Amino acid sequence: MRALTKALAILIPVAMLWGCSTTPTTTDDDMTAGAETGAETMSSDVQTGAIGMGDVDSGVEVGGVEGMGGFVGDPLQDPASLLSMRTVYFDFDKSEIRSDARDIIEAHARYLSGNPSTRIVVEGHADERGTREYNLGLGERRAKSVQQIMTLLGVSSSQIEMVSYGEERPAAMGHDEDAWALNRRVEFIY
Amino acid sequence: MKLSVHLIRLLFVCFALTGVARAGLTIDITQGVDGASPIAVVPFGWQGPSMNAPQDIAQIISDNLQRSGLFAPLSRSDMLSRPQTGEQVNYRDWRLLGTPSLVIGRLSAAGDQFKIQFQLFDVNRGAQLVGYSFTAPEKDLRRIAHQISDIIYETLTGEKGAFNTRLTYITSKHWQSNNTRWYTLFVSDSDGHDQRMVIRSKEPIMSPAWSPDGRKLAYVSFEQRRPMIYVQDVFTAQRERVSAFKGINGAPAWSPDGTRLAMSLSKDGNSELYIMHVASGKLQRLTHHRGIDTEPSWSPDGRNLVFTSDRGGRPQIYKIPVHGGKPKRLTFEGRYNAKPSYSPDGKRIVMVNGENGNFRIAVLELETGIMQILTKSRLDESPSFAPNGSMIIYATEYLNRGVLAAVSVDGRVQQRIALDEDGDAREPVWGPFLTVNKR
Repeated sequence: MRALTKALAILIPVAMLWGCSTTPTTTDDDMTAGAETGAETMSSDVQTGAIGMGDVDSGVEVGGVEGMGGFVGDPLQDPASLLSMRTVYFDFDKSEIRSDARDIIEAHARYLSGNPSTRIVVEGHADERGTREYNLGLGERRAKSVQQIMTLLGVSSSQIEMVSYGEERPAAMGHDEDAWALNRRVEFIY
Repeated sequence: MKLSVHLIRLLFVCFALTGVARAGLTIDITQGVDGASPIAVVPFGWQGPSMNAPQDIAQIISDNLQRSGLFAPLSRSDMLSRPQTGEQVNYRDWRLLGTPSLVIGRLSAAGDQFKIQFQLFDVNRGAQLVGYSFTAPEKDLRRIAHQISDIIYETLTGEKGAFNTRLTYITSKHWQSNNTRWYTLFVSDSDGHDQRMVIRSKEPIMSPAWSPDGRKLAYVSFEQRRPMIYVQDVFTAQRERVSAFKGINGAPAWSPDGTRLAMSLSKDGNSELYIMHVASGKLQRLTHHRGIDTEPSWSPDGRNLVFTSDRGGRPQIYKIPVHGGKPKRLTFEGRYNAKPSYSPDGKRIVMVNGENGNFRIAVLELETGIMQILTKSRLDESPSFAPNGSMIIYATEYLNRGVLAAVSVDGRVQQRIALDEDGDAREPVWGPFLTVNKR
């Protein structure tokens, strides 16, 4: 027990460092590439993530203490985990979950049901085609499809906050199908 | 720490209309009417302490008339004479030049006020059609020029002019230096001059809506990290959050009497239409369907709303009485019809029509059911009628930028409205007629 406490005392700050050092880097990359959301969204990602890291539950369950030999730290920070994929994509004017999105949503749902004190914002987005307020509704409908699957998989609805940005926060700035495909999406913000 | 980050993120600035003026939009005709009517607007006479008049009233009038597409103003260098009073007019000069209409005027300073007189002549009949005199301070001279333009337009076309009106629109601008994006809601005169900031935020702003008296704007702001509806007085910058329910608070639309806002709220599960009595905040729910119901627009008589709904599988336009009832579908042509808005006479509805991947502005004639597509580009949206029903302003994409454009209701006149700075412009809304200056 004493050893565990000791290990935690080391691991938690390490995990917190992870939270502080890596995520801002991601922000920079994403912003210059214009490939992810705006700085605001990313910084909220950082904040909530950092609070999650301080959570003893998530610190204990993972990695190092039990000597799995794999990634040490919160699986949310594991670049090899499906949890590192924070975006799922949709077809035009559709809110049905595509098959390529299932595994990602399930991984997040498993994590959340195993960490009932962790909360997530599920952000729905649309591409620029069509009208803005309709797209706001469409973004919400996409967020809702994701939320419904997560609840079915055992995530408490109190853990999920939904918000739609419609077409107002594109991930890619172009005006062609390549950009649109990246913009029809739901993002998971921890 | 969290709080301060939050504060910075939520930082936004409100400016009253008395703020600093900048050039805002430049409007160019991209397509005019064959046989636009020639008119001569002679430079106004000037009497005052300074060398030059504080405003070139004649140029403002001439530009307005030209942008309408219905008039072809004579170039100043082609004028054979430059009369400033009725006695100086030699009709023969103007008949020779083939300009059936002639505008002359005078501007004089009297203390800190200016006196502006103008006369419009029918050259062929050799008679004055109309003439007025105004007194105004320097800051209102552009407005007077717009009023004069309205009088000339109405006298010659029989239709009310819409020059003395305002526009509102949103810009989105990315600042490379500190890698931030700012969303700004602006108000400008109908000619794009006198641009004033209404609100600026790092979070998106959308869906501005003019109150019928032209004093207030309702809009949607994400400053609290989700869409909420605010109402702001454009003169005092005072604002109020009127709708902050769970989920979407969107698509505000003022009733013609200015007492109610129709809106789309998802607080009860998904986007439904509601009418809010603004003073009391009392809500009345109008639609009950699991489809998306949004983008309401009031009929000018205040009895019906048209709106976008995908209850039939795809977005189409429906109509519903404001006291509730069964929605009636209005559009059947095209896979995607959305964001409807009534013409001022209530006889037409303008909307976004999507077909084969192109989104264009279309007008539905309600009596005949005939739909006409007015634009040719592929990403047109947010159409809004001028208060006289002559033009429709909308947002489009040009050279990879979001720009504004306008088209006459018959599709013959087209204007491009470029932002005078970097960034994308979007969601233009034409404001109501302004009451005439009485000073």
